[in-house]
Amino acid sequence: MPETITYPGARRPDRQRSVDASGLRIAVHEWGDADAPPVLLAHGGFDFAGTYDVFAPLLADAGWRVVAWDHRGHGDSEHAHLYSWDADVRDAVAVLDSVAPDGRALPIIGHSKGGALMLQLAEALPHRMTKLVNIDGMPSPRPHPDVASHERTKLMASELSGWLDYRRSTSELSRKPGTIDELAERRGRMNPRLSKEWLRYLVTIGAREDADGWRWKIDPALRMGGFGPYRNSWSLERLSGMDHPMLGLLGLVPEQMGWGTNPDELRPYLPPNGELIAFEDVGHFIHIEKPKEVAELVLDFLGTPA
Amino acid sequence: MITLLHGRTELALHELRPGAASTRPLLHLHGLAERSPDTAPAVYDAWPGPVYGLDFTGHGASTIPKGGGYTCEMLMADVDAALAHLGPVTVVGRGIGAYVAVLIAGGRPDLVRGAILRDGPGLTGGGITPTSPYVAVVDPATPTPPDPWALAELTRDPRPPDYATSFVRQAVHFSDLAEPITVCAIGRPAWLEAVVHEPGVRVATLDEALATYAA
Repeated sequence: MPETITYPGARRPDRQRSVDASGLRIAVHEWGDADAPPVLLAHGGFDFAGTYDVFAPLLADAGWRVVAWDHRGHGDSEHAHLYSWDADVRDAVAVLDSVAPDGRALPIIGHSKGGALMLQLAEALPHRMTKLVNIDGMPSPRPHPDVASHERTKLMASELSGWLDYRRSTSELSRKPGTIDELAERRGRMNPRLSKEWLRYLVTIGAREDADGWRWKIDPALRMGGFGPYRNSWSLERLSGMDHPMLGLLGLVPEQMGWGTNPDELRPYLPPNGELIAFEDVGHFIHIEKPKEVAELVLDFLGTPA
Repeated sequence: MITLLHGRTELALHELRPGAASTRPLLHLHGLAERSPDTAPAVYDAWPGPVYGLDFTGHGASTIPKGGGYTCEMLMADVDAALAHLGPVTVVGRGIGAYVAVLIAGGRPDLVRGAILRDGPGLTGGGITPTSPYVAVVDPATPTPPDPWALAELTRDPRPPDYATSFVRQAVHFSDLAEPITVCAIGRPAWLEAVVHEPGVRVATLDEALATYAA
Protein backbone atom coordinates (compact mmCIF):
# COMPACT_ATOMS: atom_id res chain seq x y z
CA MET A 1 0.00 0.00 0.00
CA PRO A 2 1.38 3.42 -0.91
CA GLU A 3 1.96 5.69 2.02
CA THR A 4 -0.91 8.10 2.67
CA ILE A 5 -0.14 11.65 3.64
CA THR A 6 -2.89 14.12 4.38
CA TYR A 7 -2.87 17.89 4.07
CA PRO A 8 -5.31 20.31 5.69
CA GLY A 9 -8.19 20.99 3.28
CA ALA A 10 -6.89 18.64 0.60
CA ARG A 11 -9.39 16.19 -0.83
CA ARG A 12 -8.78 13.65 -3.55
CA PRO A 13 -11.18 13.75 -6.52
CA ASP A 14 -14.59 12.12 -6.10
CA ARG A 15 -14.34 10.42 -9.50
CA GLN A 16 -11.57 9.46 -11.88
CA ARG A 17 -11.90 8.36 -15.49
CA SER A 18 -10.02 8.70 -18.73
CA VAL A 19 -10.76 10.05 -22.18
CA ASP A 20 -9.28 9.07 -25.51
CA ALA A 21 -7.60 12.14 -26.99
CA SER A 22 -6.75 11.20 -30.58
CA GLY A 23 -5.53 7.81 -29.40
CA LEU A 24 -3.83 9.01 -26.23
CA ARG A 25 -5.21 8.19 -22.77
CA ILE A 26 -5.86 11.36 -20.74
CA ALA A 27 -6.68 10.99 -17.02
CA VAL A 28 -9.67 13.06 -15.85
CA HIS A 29 -10.35 13.91 -12.19
CA GLU A 30 -13.64 15.28 -10.92
CA TRP A 31 -14.78 16.85 -7.66
CA GLY A 32 -18.38 17.57 -6.68
CA ASP A 33 -21.83 16.33 -7.64
CA ALA A 34 -21.75 14.56 -11.03
CA ASP A 35 -24.99 16.34 -11.98
CA ALA A 36 -23.86 19.82 -10.96
CA PRO A 37 -22.97 22.41 -13.66
CA PRO A 38 -19.42 21.73 -14.87
CA VAL A 39 -16.37 23.98 -14.78
CA LEU A 40 -13.06 22.98 -16.40
CA LEU A 41 -9.76 23.33 -14.55
CA ALA A 42 -6.43 23.29 -16.45
CA HIS A 43 -3.15 22.83 -14.55
CA GLY A 44 0.22 24.33 -15.43
CA GLY A 45 3.34 22.83 -17.00
CA PHE A 46 5.08 20.19 -14.84
CA ASP A 47 2.03 20.09 -12.56
CA PHE A 48 -0.91 17.67 -12.50
CA ALA A 49 -4.60 17.78 -11.56
CA GLY A 50 -3.78 16.78 -7.96
CA THR A 51 -2.18 20.19 -7.42
CA TYR A 52 -5.84 21.38 -7.26
CA ASP A 53 -6.66 19.08 -4.32
CA VAL A 54 -7.28 22.07 -2.03
CA PHE A 55 -8.64 24.59 -4.54
CA ALA A 56 -11.03 22.31 -6.50
CA PRO A 57 -13.01 21.09 -3.44
CA LEU A 58 -13.73 24.74 -2.53
CA LEU A 59 -15.44 25.17 -5.91
CA ALA A 60 -17.14 21.77 -5.68
CA ASP A 61 -18.56 22.59 -2.26
CA ALA A 62 -20.08 25.75 -3.75
CA GLY A 63 -22.10 23.67 -6.21
CA TRP A 64 -19.81 23.09 -9.21
CA ARG A 65 -18.79 19.85 -10.88
CA VAL A 66 -15.06 20.56 -11.16
CA VAL A 67 -13.37 18.70 -14.02
CA ALA A 68 -9.57 18.69 -14.17
CA TRP A 69 -7.27 16.51 -16.23
CA ASP A 70 -3.60 15.57 -16.37
CA HIS A 71 -1.94 16.97 -19.52
CA ARG A 72 -0.32 14.39 -21.79
CA GLY A 73 2.85 13.08 -20.15
CA HIS A 74 1.82 14.55 -16.77
CA GLY A 75 0.26 12.88 -13.71
CA ASP A 76 -1.71 9.75 -14.61
CA SER A 77 -2.06 10.53 -18.32
CA GLU A 78 -0.26 8.51 -20.94
CA HIS A 79 3.26 9.53 -21.94
CA ALA A 80 3.28 10.67 -25.56
CA HIS A 81 5.87 10.43 -28.31
CA LEU A 82 5.49 14.14 -29.01
CA TYR A 83 4.46 17.21 -27.05
CA SER A 84 3.29 20.55 -28.37
CA TRP A 85 1.12 23.49 -27.45
CA ASP A 86 -1.49 22.62 -30.11
CA ALA A 87 -1.59 19.00 -28.94
CA ASP A 88 -2.28 20.15 -25.38
CA VAL A 89 -5.16 22.33 -26.60
CA ARG A 90 -6.53 19.38 -28.57
CA ASP A 91 -6.36 17.12 -25.51
CA ALA A 92 -8.27 19.79 -23.57
CA VAL A 93 -11.00 19.75 -26.21
CA ALA A 94 -11.29 15.97 -25.82
CA VAL A 95 -11.92 16.52 -22.10
CA LEU A 96 -14.36 19.35 -22.85
CA ASP A 97 -16.23 17.10 -25.30
CA SER A 98 -16.49 14.39 -22.64
CA VAL A 99 -18.20 16.87 -20.29
CA ALA A 100 -20.28 18.73 -22.89
CA PRO A 101 -20.79 16.36 -25.82
CA ASP A 102 -23.57 18.58 -27.11
CA GLY A 103 -21.05 21.30 -27.94
CA ARG A 104 -22.12 23.40 -24.98
CA ALA A 105 -19.97 26.23 -23.62
CA LEU A 106 -18.44 26.00 -20.14
CA PRO A 107 -16.59 28.29 -17.78
CA ILE A 108 -12.90 27.42 -17.73
CA ILE A 109 -10.13 28.07 -15.22
CA GLY A 110 -6.45 27.65 -16.00
CA HIS A 111 -3.23 28.18 -14.05
CA SER A 112 0.06 29.21 -15.65
CA LYS A 113 0.57 27.29 -18.91
CA GLY A 114 -2.97 25.94 -18.47
CA GLY A 115 -4.28 29.51 -18.47
CA ALA A 116 -2.33 30.36 -21.60
CA LEU A 117 -3.57 27.21 -23.35
CA MET A 118 -7.12 28.21 -22.53
CA LEU A 119 -6.49 31.65 -24.07
CA GLN A 120 -5.74 29.79 -27.29
CA LEU A 121 -8.89 27.70 -26.87
CA ALA A 122 -10.89 30.92 -26.41
CA GLU A 123 -9.73 32.08 -29.83
CA ALA A 124 -9.96 28.70 -31.60
CA LEU A 125 -13.35 27.63 -30.18
CA PRO A 126 -14.96 30.72 -28.64
CA HIS A 127 -18.36 29.01 -28.72
CA ARG A 128 -17.17 26.37 -26.22
CA MET A 129 -16.27 28.80 -23.41
CA THR A 130 -18.46 31.13 -21.35
CA LYS A 131 -15.89 32.74 -19.04
CA LEU A 132 -12.21 32.38 -18.38
CA VAL A 133 -10.24 32.61 -15.17
CA ASN A 134 -6.53 32.90 -15.83
CA ILE A 135 -4.38 32.34 -12.74
CA ASP A 136 -0.89 33.79 -13.38
CA GLY A 137 -0.83 32.50 -16.95
CA MET A 138 -1.03 35.72 -18.91
CA PRO A 139 1.72 36.63 -21.34
CA SER A 140 4.32 39.16 -20.33
CA PRO A 141 4.56 42.18 -22.64
CA ARG A 142 8.13 42.77 -21.49
CA PRO A 143 10.63 42.07 -24.25
CA HIS A 144 13.63 39.92 -23.45
CA PRO A 145 16.50 41.81 -21.81
CA ASP A 146 18.99 43.29 -24.21
CA VAL A 147 21.88 40.91 -24.77
CA ALA A 148 24.79 41.68 -27.08
CA SER A 149 24.55 39.61 -30.23
CA HIS A 150 27.81 37.68 -29.66
CA GLU A 151 26.63 36.82 -26.15
CA ARG A 152 23.30 35.70 -27.56
CA THR A 153 25.11 33.48 -30.09
CA LYS A 154 27.03 31.79 -27.26
CA LEU A 155 23.92 31.40 -25.11
CA MET A 156 21.93 29.94 -27.96
CA ALA A 157 24.72 27.51 -28.86
CA SER A 158 24.79 26.01 -25.37
CA GLU A 159 21.00 25.97 -25.22
CA LEU A 160 20.74 24.19 -28.57
CA SER A 161 23.45 21.62 -28.02
CA GLY A 162 22.16 21.08 -24.47
CA TRP A 163 18.66 20.40 -25.76
CA LEU A 164 19.88 18.10 -28.54
CA ASP A 165 22.09 16.20 -26.07
CA TYR A 166 19.04 15.81 -23.87
CA ARG A 167 16.94 14.51 -26.79
CA ARG A 168 19.68 11.95 -27.52
CA SER A 169 19.25 10.61 -24.00
CA THR A 170 15.43 10.52 -23.91
CA SER A 171 15.05 6.88 -24.97
CA GLU A 172 16.95 5.76 -21.87
CA LEU A 173 15.83 8.32 -19.30
CA SER A 174 13.90 7.53 -16.18
CA ARG A 175 13.07 9.74 -13.22
CA LYS A 176 15.46 9.49 -10.29
CA PRO A 177 14.02 7.46 -7.40
CA GLY A 178 14.01 8.77 -3.84
CA THR A 179 12.15 8.99 -0.58
CA ILE A 180 9.07 11.16 -0.21
CA ASP A 181 11.24 13.74 1.55
CA GLU A 182 13.84 13.73 -1.22
CA LEU A 183 11.23 14.22 -3.95
CA ALA A 184 9.54 16.95 -1.93
CA GLU A 185 12.89 18.65 -1.49
CA ARG A 186 13.65 18.49 -5.24
CA ARG A 187 10.20 19.87 -6.03
CA GLY A 188 10.78 22.56 -3.42
CA ARG A 189 13.62 23.97 -5.52
CA MET A 190 11.04 24.85 -8.20
CA ASN A 191 8.35 25.78 -5.64
CA PRO A 192 10.36 27.59 -2.93
CA ARG A 193 7.25 29.32 -1.54
CA LEU A 194 5.18 26.18 -0.99
CA SER A 195 5.27 24.38 2.35
CA LYS A 196 7.13 21.15 2.88
CA GLU A 197 3.91 19.52 4.11
CA TRP A 198 2.17 20.41 0.85
CA LEU A 199 5.08 19.18 -1.27
CA ARG A 200 5.20 15.89 0.67
CA TYR A 201 1.47 15.51 0.05
CA LEU A 202 1.96 16.17 -3.67
CA VAL A 203 4.63 13.46 -3.90
CA THR A 204 2.12 10.81 -2.87
CA ILE A 205 -0.12 11.82 -5.80
CA GLY A 206 2.25 13.00 -8.51
CA ALA A 207 4.76 10.23 -7.89
CA ARG A 208 4.51 6.44 -7.72
CA GLU A 209 6.31 4.08 -5.41
CA ASP A 210 8.58 1.56 -7.16
CA ALA A 211 10.73 -1.09 -5.48
CA ASP A 212 13.69 1.32 -5.40
CA GLY A 213 11.76 4.37 -4.21
CA TRP A 214 9.34 7.09 -5.30
CA ARG A 215 9.48 8.56 -8.80
CA TRP A 216 7.56 11.50 -10.26
CA LYS A 217 5.10 10.13 -12.81
CA ILE A 218 5.79 12.91 -15.33
CA ASP A 219 7.39 11.75 -18.58
CA PRO A 220 11.18 12.03 -18.15
CA ALA A 221 11.35 13.17 -21.77
CA LEU A 222 9.72 16.45 -20.70
CA ARG A 223 12.15 19.18 -19.79
CA MET A 224 11.76 22.71 -18.48
CA GLY A 225 12.67 25.49 -20.85
CA GLY A 226 13.20 24.62 -24.47
CA PHE A 227 12.91 26.93 -27.41
CA GLY A 228 10.95 27.56 -30.54
CA PRO A 229 9.67 30.36 -32.71
CA TYR A 230 7.07 31.44 -30.10
CA ARG A 231 6.69 35.20 -29.37
CA ASN A 232 4.87 36.72 -26.40
CA SER A 233 3.27 39.27 -28.73
CA TRP A 234 1.27 36.49 -30.37
CA SER A 235 -0.43 35.64 -27.07
CA LEU A 236 -0.98 39.30 -26.24
CA GLU A 237 -2.97 39.75 -29.46
CA ARG A 238 -4.97 36.68 -28.50
CA LEU A 239 -5.71 38.16 -25.07
CA SER A 240 -6.86 41.52 -26.48
CA GLY A 241 -9.12 39.79 -28.98
CA MET A 242 -11.12 37.86 -26.41
CA ASP A 243 -14.79 38.70 -26.04
CA HIS A 244 -15.42 36.48 -23.02
CA PRO A 245 -15.52 37.83 -19.48
CA MET A 246 -12.05 37.14 -18.11
CA LEU A 247 -10.70 37.28 -14.59
CA GLY A 248 -6.92 37.46 -14.55
CA LEU A 249 -5.00 36.91 -11.34
CA LEU A 250 -1.33 37.76 -11.00
CA GLY A 251 1.11 36.83 -8.23
CA LEU A 252 3.71 39.57 -8.06
CA VAL A 253 6.52 37.81 -6.19
CA PRO A 254 8.88 36.58 -8.93
CA GLU A 255 9.47 32.82 -9.09
CA GLN A 256 11.40 30.48 -11.34
CA MET A 257 8.21 28.90 -12.66
CA GLY A 258 6.39 32.21 -12.97
CA TRP A 259 6.32 34.49 -15.97
CA GLY A 260 7.17 37.80 -14.34
CA THR A 261 4.14 39.53 -15.82
CA ASN A 262 3.80 43.15 -14.73
CA PRO A 263 0.15 44.24 -14.26
CA ASP A 264 0.73 47.81 -15.47
CA GLU A 265 2.37 46.58 -18.65
CA LEU A 266 -0.34 43.97 -19.19
CA ARG A 267 -3.35 46.22 -18.59
CA PRO A 268 -3.40 47.81 -22.08
CA TYR A 269 -3.80 44.34 -23.60
CA LEU A 270 -6.74 43.26 -21.46
CA PRO A 271 -9.92 42.31 -23.33
CA PRO A 272 -12.95 44.62 -23.00
CA ASN A 273 -14.54 42.29 -20.44
CA GLY A 274 -11.29 41.56 -18.66
CA GLU A 275 -10.45 42.26 -15.06
CA LEU A 276 -7.01 42.00 -13.50
CA ILE A 277 -6.28 41.43 -9.83
CA ALA A 278 -2.71 41.41 -8.58
CA PHE A 279 -1.56 39.79 -5.33
CA GLU A 280 1.37 41.73 -3.89
CA ASP A 281 2.93 39.20 -1.56
CA VAL A 282 2.09 35.98 -3.40
CA GLY A 283 4.09 33.93 -5.91
CA HIS A 284 3.14 32.00 -9.04
CA PHE A 285 0.91 29.44 -7.28
CA ILE A 286 -1.72 31.87 -6.04
CA HIS A 287 -4.43 29.22 -5.64
CA ILE A 288 -2.12 27.10 -3.47
CA GLU A 289 -0.81 29.97 -1.34
CA LYS A 290 -4.26 31.60 -0.95
CA PRO A 291 -6.86 28.95 -1.83
CA LYS A 292 -9.75 30.51 0.06
CA GLU A 293 -9.19 34.04 -1.27
CA VAL A 294 -8.83 32.80 -4.86
CA ALA A 295 -11.87 30.52 -4.58
CA GLU A 296 -13.93 33.41 -3.26
CA LEU A 297 -12.94 35.67 -6.17
CA VAL A 298 -13.51 32.88 -8.71
CA LEU A 299 -16.90 31.88 -7.30
CA ASP A 300 -18.00 35.49 -7.32
CA PHE A 301 -16.83 35.86 -10.94
CA LEU A 302 -18.49 32.62 -12.08
CA GLY A 303 -21.77 33.46 -10.39
CA THR A 304 -24.42 30.94 -9.41
CA PRO A 305 -23.60 27.48 -10.83
CA ALA A 306 -25.66 27.11 -14.00
CA MET B 1 17.52 -0.17 -43.09
CA ILE B 2 19.00 1.08 -39.84
CA THR B 3 16.64 1.68 -36.90
CA LEU B 4 17.50 4.58 -34.61
CA LEU B 5 15.76 5.33 -31.33
CA HIS B 6 14.69 8.93 -30.65
CA GLY B 7 12.73 9.00 -27.41
CA ARG B 8 9.95 6.46 -27.93
CA THR B 9 10.11 6.86 -31.71
CA GLU B 10 11.91 4.40 -34.00
CA LEU B 11 13.42 6.26 -36.91
CA ALA B 12 14.28 4.57 -40.21
CA LEU B 13 17.65 5.50 -41.69
CA HIS B 14 18.17 4.12 -45.20
CA GLU B 15 21.50 3.56 -46.91
CA LEU B 16 20.67 4.74 -50.43
CA ARG B 17 24.12 4.18 -51.90
CA PRO B 18 27.17 2.65 -50.24
CA GLY B 19 30.46 4.49 -50.20
CA ALA B 20 33.90 4.35 -48.66
CA ALA B 21 33.86 4.77 -44.89
CA SER B 22 36.57 7.41 -45.28
CA THR B 23 34.29 9.73 -47.27
CA ARG B 24 31.68 11.91 -45.62
CA PRO B 25 28.06 10.78 -46.08
CA LEU B 26 25.37 12.87 -47.72
CA LEU B 27 22.14 12.76 -45.67
CA HIS B 28 18.88 13.35 -47.57
CA LEU B 29 15.97 14.91 -45.63
CA HIS B 30 12.66 14.42 -47.41
CA GLY B 31 9.87 16.95 -47.81
CA LEU B 32 6.61 17.02 -45.85
CA ALA B 33 4.55 13.85 -46.44
CA GLU B 34 7.40 12.37 -48.50
CA ARG B 35 9.67 9.54 -47.44
CA SER B 36 13.26 8.65 -48.12
CA PRO B 37 13.76 7.26 -51.63
CA ASP B 38 14.87 3.60 -51.88
CA THR B 39 18.03 4.38 -53.81
CA ALA B 40 20.14 7.49 -54.22
CA PRO B 41 18.47 9.96 -56.61
CA ALA B 42 20.51 10.62 -59.78
CA VAL B 43 20.84 14.29 -58.81
CA TYR B 44 23.31 13.16 -56.14
CA ASP B 45 25.54 11.23 -58.60
CA ALA B 46 28.32 13.80 -58.19
CA TRP B 47 28.60 13.06 -54.43
CA PRO B 48 31.71 10.95 -53.84
CA GLY B 49 30.65 9.39 -50.53
CA PRO B 50 27.79 7.23 -49.29
CA VAL B 51 24.23 8.59 -49.45
CA TYR B 52 21.67 8.09 -46.67
CA GLY B 53 18.02 9.04 -46.33
CA LEU B 54 16.15 9.58 -43.04
CA ASP B 55 12.43 9.08 -42.57
CA PHE B 56 11.17 11.77 -40.19
CA THR B 57 8.85 10.79 -37.31
CA GLY B 58 5.47 9.75 -38.73
CA HIS B 59 6.88 9.32 -42.24
CA GLY B 60 8.05 6.35 -44.31
CA ALA B 61 9.14 3.44 -42.12
CA SER B 62 9.46 5.51 -38.92
CA THR B 63 7.02 5.25 -36.00
CA ILE B 64 3.66 6.98 -36.26
CA PRO B 65 3.20 8.52 -32.80
CA LYS B 66 -0.12 8.58 -30.96
CA GLY B 67 -1.96 11.90 -31.04
CA GLY B 68 0.49 14.11 -32.95
CA GLY B 69 2.37 17.01 -31.36
CA TYR B 70 4.80 17.71 -34.22
CA THR B 71 7.25 20.59 -34.25
CA CYS B 72 10.15 21.32 -36.60
CA GLU B 73 12.42 21.40 -33.54
CA MET B 74 11.53 17.74 -32.93
CA LEU B 75 12.36 16.93 -36.57
CA MET B 76 15.70 18.63 -35.99
CA ALA B 77 16.23 16.21 -33.09
CA ASP B 78 15.28 13.36 -35.47
CA VAL B 79 18.19 14.44 -37.67
CA ASP B 80 20.44 14.62 -34.62
CA ALA B 81 19.67 10.96 -33.93
CA ALA B 82 21.05 10.22 -37.42
CA LEU B 83 24.11 12.38 -36.74
CA ALA B 84 24.74 10.42 -33.54
CA HIS B 85 24.92 7.30 -35.73
CA LEU B 86 26.69 8.66 -38.83
CA GLY B 87 29.01 11.32 -37.42
CA PRO B 88 29.73 14.38 -39.58
CA VAL B 89 27.60 14.61 -42.71
CA THR B 90 26.50 17.04 -45.39
CA VAL B 91 22.72 17.40 -45.27
CA VAL B 92 20.49 18.07 -48.22
CA GLY B 93 16.84 18.85 -47.50
CA ARG B 94 13.73 19.16 -49.61
CA GLY B 95 10.91 21.47 -48.55
CA ILE B 96 10.39 21.13 -44.81
CA GLY B 97 13.64 19.15 -44.84
CA ALA B 98 15.40 22.33 -46.05
CA TYR B 99 14.06 24.29 -43.07
CA VAL B 100 15.06 21.47 -40.71
CA ALA B 101 18.50 21.44 -42.39
CA VAL B 102 18.96 25.09 -41.36
CA LEU B 103 17.92 24.27 -37.78
CA ILE B 104 20.33 21.34 -37.45
CA ALA B 105 23.14 23.28 -39.18
CA GLY B 106 22.79 25.80 -36.35
CA GLY B 107 22.23 23.18 -33.66
CA ARG B 108 25.16 20.92 -34.57
CA PRO B 109 27.60 23.14 -36.48
CA ASP B 110 30.41 20.65 -35.77
CA LEU B 111 28.53 17.70 -37.30
CA VAL B 112 26.80 19.37 -40.25
CA ARG B 113 29.48 19.98 -42.86
CA GLY B 114 27.29 21.95 -45.20
CA ALA B 115 23.51 22.19 -45.53
CA ILE B 116 21.93 22.23 -49.00
CA LEU B 117 18.41 23.65 -49.27
CA ARG B 118 16.17 22.41 -52.07
CA ASP B 119 12.57 23.08 -53.07
CA GLY B 120 9.93 20.58 -52.00
CA PRO B 121 6.73 20.03 -50.01
CA GLY B 122 6.55 22.01 -46.79
CA LEU B 123 9.06 24.70 -47.80
CA THR B 124 6.76 27.50 -46.67
CA GLY B 125 5.39 26.16 -43.38
CA GLY B 126 2.67 28.21 -41.74
CA GLY B 127 4.01 31.66 -42.56
CA ILE B 128 5.86 34.11 -40.31
CA THR B 129 3.23 34.30 -37.53
CA PRO B 130 0.69 31.74 -36.34
CA THR B 131 -2.42 31.45 -38.44
CA SER B 132 -5.76 31.64 -36.61
CA PRO B 133 -5.72 28.74 -34.18
CA TYR B 134 -7.61 25.71 -35.34
CA VAL B 135 -8.31 22.48 -33.52
CA ALA B 136 -7.70 19.80 -36.12
CA VAL B 137 -9.58 16.52 -36.12
CA VAL B 138 -7.94 13.43 -37.56
CA ASP B 139 -9.34 9.92 -37.80
CA PRO B 140 -7.01 7.91 -35.56
CA ALA B 141 -8.07 4.69 -37.30
CA THR B 142 -5.85 5.21 -40.34
CA PRO B 143 -2.30 4.87 -39.10
CA THR B 144 -0.55 4.76 -42.46
CA PRO B 145 2.37 7.06 -43.23
CA PRO B 146 2.52 9.96 -43.63
CA ASP B 147 0.83 10.59 -40.30
CA PRO B 148 -2.17 12.89 -40.88
CA TRP B 149 -1.19 14.76 -37.70
CA ALA B 150 2.17 15.62 -39.27
CA LEU B 151 0.33 17.16 -42.21
CA ALA B 152 -2.19 18.98 -39.99
CA GLU B 153 0.49 20.44 -37.74
CA LEU B 154 3.56 20.95 -39.93
CA THR B 155 1.64 22.92 -42.56
CA ARG B 156 0.89 25.48 -39.82
CA ASP B 157 4.17 25.90 -37.92
CA PRO B 158 5.17 29.58 -37.78
CA ARG B 159 8.63 30.40 -39.14
CA PRO B 160 9.61 33.96 -38.23
CA PRO B 161 12.49 35.07 -40.47
CA ASP B 162 14.65 36.19 -37.53
CA TYR B 163 14.17 32.77 -35.91
CA ALA B 164 15.53 31.06 -39.03
CA THR B 165 18.42 33.50 -39.34
CA SER B 166 19.38 32.98 -35.68
CA PHE B 167 20.15 29.36 -36.64
CA VAL B 168 22.06 30.51 -39.74
CA ARG B 169 24.22 32.73 -37.53
CA GLN B 170 24.96 29.80 -35.23
CA ALA B 171 26.02 27.74 -38.23
CA VAL B 172 28.20 30.50 -39.68
CA HIS B 173 29.74 31.45 -36.33
CA PHE B 174 30.67 27.93 -35.26
CA SER B 175 31.34 26.13 -38.56
CA ASP B 176 34.82 25.84 -40.14
CA LEU B 177 33.21 26.34 -43.53
CA ALA B 178 33.07 29.85 -44.95
CA GLU B 179 29.63 29.17 -46.41
CA PRO B 180 27.97 26.38 -44.41
CA ILE B 181 24.57 26.86 -46.06
CA THR B 182 23.81 26.71 -49.79
CA VAL B 183 20.38 27.56 -51.19
CA CYS B 184 19.43 25.72 -54.37
CA ALA B 185 15.69 26.28 -53.91
CA ILE B 186 13.87 28.61 -56.29
CA GLY B 187 11.05 29.24 -53.78
CA ARG B 188 11.44 32.17 -51.41
CA PRO B 189 9.06 31.96 -48.46
CA ALA B 190 9.77 34.77 -45.97
CA TRP B 191 12.08 32.69 -43.78
CA LEU B 192 14.20 31.63 -46.76
CA GLU B 193 14.26 35.12 -48.26
CA ALA B 194 15.82 36.26 -44.97
CA VAL B 195 18.23 33.31 -44.92
CA VAL B 196 19.68 33.98 -48.41
CA HIS B 197 20.66 37.51 -47.35
CA GLU B 198 22.73 36.32 -44.40
CA PRO B 199 26.54 36.31 -44.66
CA GLY B 200 27.79 32.74 -45.07
CA VAL B 201 24.84 31.67 -47.19
CA ARG B 202 25.45 30.97 -50.85
CA VAL B 203 22.96 30.64 -53.70
CA ALA B 204 24.13 27.99 -56.16
CA THR B 205 23.08 24.98 -58.22
CA LEU B 206 22.87 21.56 -56.59
CA ASP B 207 25.93 20.37 -58.55
CA GLU B 208 27.95 23.37 -57.38
CA ALA B 209 26.85 22.80 -53.79
CA LEU B 210 27.74 19.09 -53.88
CA ALA B 211 31.16 19.87 -55.44
CA THR B 212 31.91 22.51 -52.78
CA TYR B 213 31.01 20.37 -49.79
CA ALA B 214 32.63 17.23 -51.23
CA ALA B 215 35.97 18.99 -51.49
